[in-house]
Amino acid sequence: MAIQEQLKKMILDVLPDVDCVIGWGPGPDPLRGSPFFMRKPEDVESFMAGPMAVQNPALFLPEYKGKKVGVVVKGCDSRSVVQLISEDLIKREEVVIIGFPCDGVLDVAKVENALASHGEPGEITAVEFSGGEVKVTLAGNTHSLKFDDVKADKCGRCAVPNAVMSDFFAGIAREASGVKDDYEDLAALEKMSLEERFAFWENEMSRCLRCYACRNACPMCVCRDHCVASSRIPHWISQADSTRDKLMFQVIHAVHLAGRCTGCGECQRVCPVGIPVLLLKRTLSKGVTELFDYAAGMDTESKPPLLTFQVEEATIKERNW
Amino acid sequence: MSVLNESNNGKELRIVGFLCNWCSYGGADTAGVGRFTQPTDLRIVRLPCSGRVNPLFIVKALLNGADGVLVSGCHPRDCHYAEGNFYARRRLEVFKRLLPTLGIDPRRFEYTWVSASEGQRWQKVVSEFTQQVHALGPAKFVADAPEFDVLKVCAE
Ligand code: SF4
Ligand code: SF4
Repeated sequence: MAIQEQLKKMILDVLPDVDCVIGWGPGPDPLRGSPFFMRKPEDVESFMAGPMAVQNPALFLPEYKGKKVGVVVKGCDSRSVVQLISEDLIKREEVVIIGFPCDGVLDVAKVENALASHGEPGEITAVEFSGGEVKVTLAGNTHSLKFDDVKADKCGRCAVPNAVMSDFFAGIAREASGVKDDYEDLAALEKMSLEERFAFWENEMSRCLRCYACRNACPMCVCRDHCVASSRIPHWISQADSTRDKLMFQVIHAVHLAGRCTGCGECQRVCPVGIPVLLLKRTLSKGVTELFDYAAGMDTESKPPLLTFQVEEATIKERNW
Repeated sequence: MSVLNESNNGKELRIVGFLCNWCSYGGADTAGVGRFTQPTDLRIVRLPCSGRVNPLFIVKALLNGADGVLVSGCHPRDCHYAEGNFYARRRLEVFKRLLPTLGIDPRRFEYTWVSASEGQRWQKVVSEFTQQVHALGPAKFVADAPEFDVLKVCAE
């Protein structure tokens, strides 16, 4: 039985016990899936897992605190669920986790870029996946792309294709690719001088619209209407259309995610102007891993490193004046 | 300290110090009472504890015109609230890593521990840090993108 069918069956089994099951369904166009809330058995018909299941459904879980919900998760999504549980932002007994072996998801922007010379994204009428290829029908012509070329960057360095924690698991767990995350993205930035990096952010952040999609898509950004970015006292960022305030906002997001960010990449994926905001979060995640040998969202029992301390820190070399 | 000021055409730079009330603020006071000569670039903000230091204080200062930021608290094991500085140490150590990615020289930020009796140590810390910041010169300001002139673009 295909994974998709197994998942549907599991969802149907879970459905009577929960408020809803969150997964993915058809999106606004053939290239995009969408988060999907299944409440009735007939809803499950249009459920779809696979390369178009890009969104992180863990995002919605804190809203359902107090109710029981089911959630279908890719490996990366499951890390968000685990992190939410370990921070007591959701309760383990209130969520039914359904996992499956993930083969990677599509990066819509990469597909659109690859086909930019052939027509407008709106002219895509069909998308098909078969044997490592993506066949996109655009303005009447079918173009074949290699899936590896258009999959999300995070999938290339993924070490957890299967849910790290699940109540039900469809199919057979997949081997991780074995590719180690060597922070290639940060290395590119590190090649620049400090001045160049400063100019890089000036340029990137000048495009920011302050739509806050990056914040709203982040499963670990749970403050919602109480975000410090909108507080007037203290006035962390002003209403001015200034690059400085926009950069300040990104720093707030990164600092608040230090030791909590699971690297799901949603913040960067949803940015309408393509700002590589994940670089800031990955810098801090890398630091946390190096200093405290910790990766967020791998284990519900481990304590986030910034919420604890050691009297003698083995890895922190303080400056001797 | 004239030596310092020469490196920046005799101009002072702006350095913000976040000091805990119980140790480092006392240490700075001890240095003052003892009349130890110190550079005058530092502006002190007194906080209850180094554990109160939100890394965002530091970025906010650095992005808004400060040329350097110094955080100082009680020595480990001496915190007035027992463990505030232990949390601060982890937080600041992680935060420090963000500065190079942002293109800000990490030497513009330091954290350290000075007790209320260590007037001399305070003098040393302030002098050395000020020197370090002077060597880097004034910090860069985040420039705004040039105004996008819609009318001009349409006319072209
Ligand atoms: S900051 Fe970005 S990568 Fe990290 S958890 Fe939030 S959305 Fe995911
Ligand atoms: S999603 Fe992009 S444009 Fe919107 S606030 Fe975040 S960085 Fe700015």
